[in-house]
Amino acid sequence: MGLILSGDPSLTEVVVLSLRVSGTALLISTLIGIPIGAVLGLRRFVGRPFVMALLYTGMGFPPVVIGLLVYLFLSRSGPLGQIEAGWIPRLFTPEAMILAQSVIAIPLVAGFTMAAVLGVDPQLQLQARALGATPWQATFTTLAEARVGVIIAIVAAFGRIIAEVGAVMLVGGNIDGRTRVLTTAVVLETRKGNFDLAIALGITLIGLAFVINTTVLLLQRQVSR
Amino acid sequence: MNTPLYHLQQVEKVYDGRSVLHIEELSVYAGEILALVGPSGVGKSTLLRLLNFLERPTRGSITFRGRKFDGQEEVPLAERRRATTVFQRPFLLNRSVRANVAYGLRLRGQYDGEQQVADVLQRVGLQDVADQNARTLSGGEAQRVALARAIILQPDVLLLDEPTANLDPYNVNLIENIVRQMNETQQMTIVLVTHNVFQARRLAHRVTLLLNGRVIETAPTETFFNTPHDARTAAFVRGDMVY
Ligand SMILES: Nc1ncnc2c1ncn2[C@@H]1O[C@H](COP(=O)(O)OP(=O)(O)OP(=O)(O)O)[C@@H](O)[C@H]1O
Ligand SMILES: [Mg+2]
Repeated sequence: MGLILSGDPSLTEVVVLSLRVSGTALLISTLIGIPIGAVLGLRRFVGRPFVMALLYTGMGFPPVVIGLLVYLFLSRSGPLGQIEAGWIPRLFTPEAMILAQSVIAIPLVAGFTMAAVLGVDPQLQLQARALGATPWQATFTTLAEARVGVIIAIVAAFGRIIAEVGAVMLVGGNIDGRTRVLTTAVVLETRKGNFDLAIALGITLIGLAFVINTTVLLLQRQVSR
Repeated sequence: MNTPLYHLQQVEKVYDGRSVLHIEELSVYAGEILALVGPSGVGKSTLLRLLNFLERPTRGSITFRGRKFDGQEEVPLAERRRATTVFQRPFLLNRSVRANVAYGLRLRGQYDGEQQVADVLQRVGLQDVADQNARTLSGGEAQRVALARAIILQPDVLLLDEPTANLDPYNVNLIENIVRQMNETQQMTIVLVTHNVFQARRLAHRVTLLLNGRVIETAPTETFFNTPHDARTAAFVRGDMVY
């Protein structure tokens, strides 16, 4: 407890990196996931059931397997590892972890957004257009009506990726001061027998999870009202 | 009364292989109140959706303000925005009453309509609930919000789909007065779908009877009720139409 309160520098570092990696991944997956969810919820097009099946598979995919796939893609012999380009993250960097977490979070954000959008009366689109909305405006109106569900999608995705161990361990490598985040630090410190630090990290993680889940619960209460 | 605002020719709407509307010819004149009456399921709401260009006719053409649209091309936004519909059920947004009324203005990029919103709310008698969430309103209040957010747009054409169904006399009277006022003071063209023949009689200049997707008779209100040409109109007016 003292470690948390005293603001132990190595602990702070780990917390900051965790938030940076998961925060960035969340931003990316929100920007990609919400439009996908909105389109799937509102438009009927050829191949929609297939995309939805893909999405559901993605939502239930074990994160560690996604970590493995990202690892294989980025490794020296992998398809992306051979390309020398600035925008392709190297293995064992925070960027690789961001990539893995984004891949984990996108289906979640998209899936929950789709569910929220499907929950809005389809007649609303018609009403919006009758009042002069362009197709874009009508879509945006529906998203705004589904806003609580969309926020839940984002918060739930954040809860999932910040608590995730396997994928970040694989692609990040848990390097001290570079790619060590809360979850991987807990694993390491426990193995080393540094239970004080491990517990402090664990409590921080629980604290974060608590804040996140309380937010979700409060929002859900508002939805059902 | 001699410039048709809308002119429909051989308009047909088919859903899933079933023709639900087939109008050989129908005109709506600028500045009139036209009532559409007929039993349930004859295509009244479908016709309103076509008039608001929310759906395209399967066949035939709709001429609006001299421009002919035959269901192939997209109706320009500016033309579509000249008409608006108050639907059978008011679909209010999960926001304040004020935000609901301002919604159409916002869509048009107009963010400074506070005074207009206040005026319109006053008009429908809802100034006291302006900041209440629209989802918590009573049925009559909700329908008045739906009317308010339509008339604030000052449309050329107001399409009303049973605006007073299931309302109490107070709300019916209030809504009818606003409709009449909009028509008289601003020459707003109004197409009113109603089950209530008395309402058609009170408000409309002309009345059209639809049966099974077809126009049976269109006549000035007086003629329609007193000396209808078609036996089915006479039966409908007497209230002993069998459907
Ligand atoms: N989107 C749709 N898809 C398939 N059928 C439809 C659709 N919309 C309407 N219909 C059918 O078209 C017919 C006419 O419906 P419409 O809603 O226009 O009737 P209405 O005259 O407004 O009836 P009511 O007085 O009960 O409101 C009905 O048989 C209805 O089932
Ligand atoms: Mg109807």
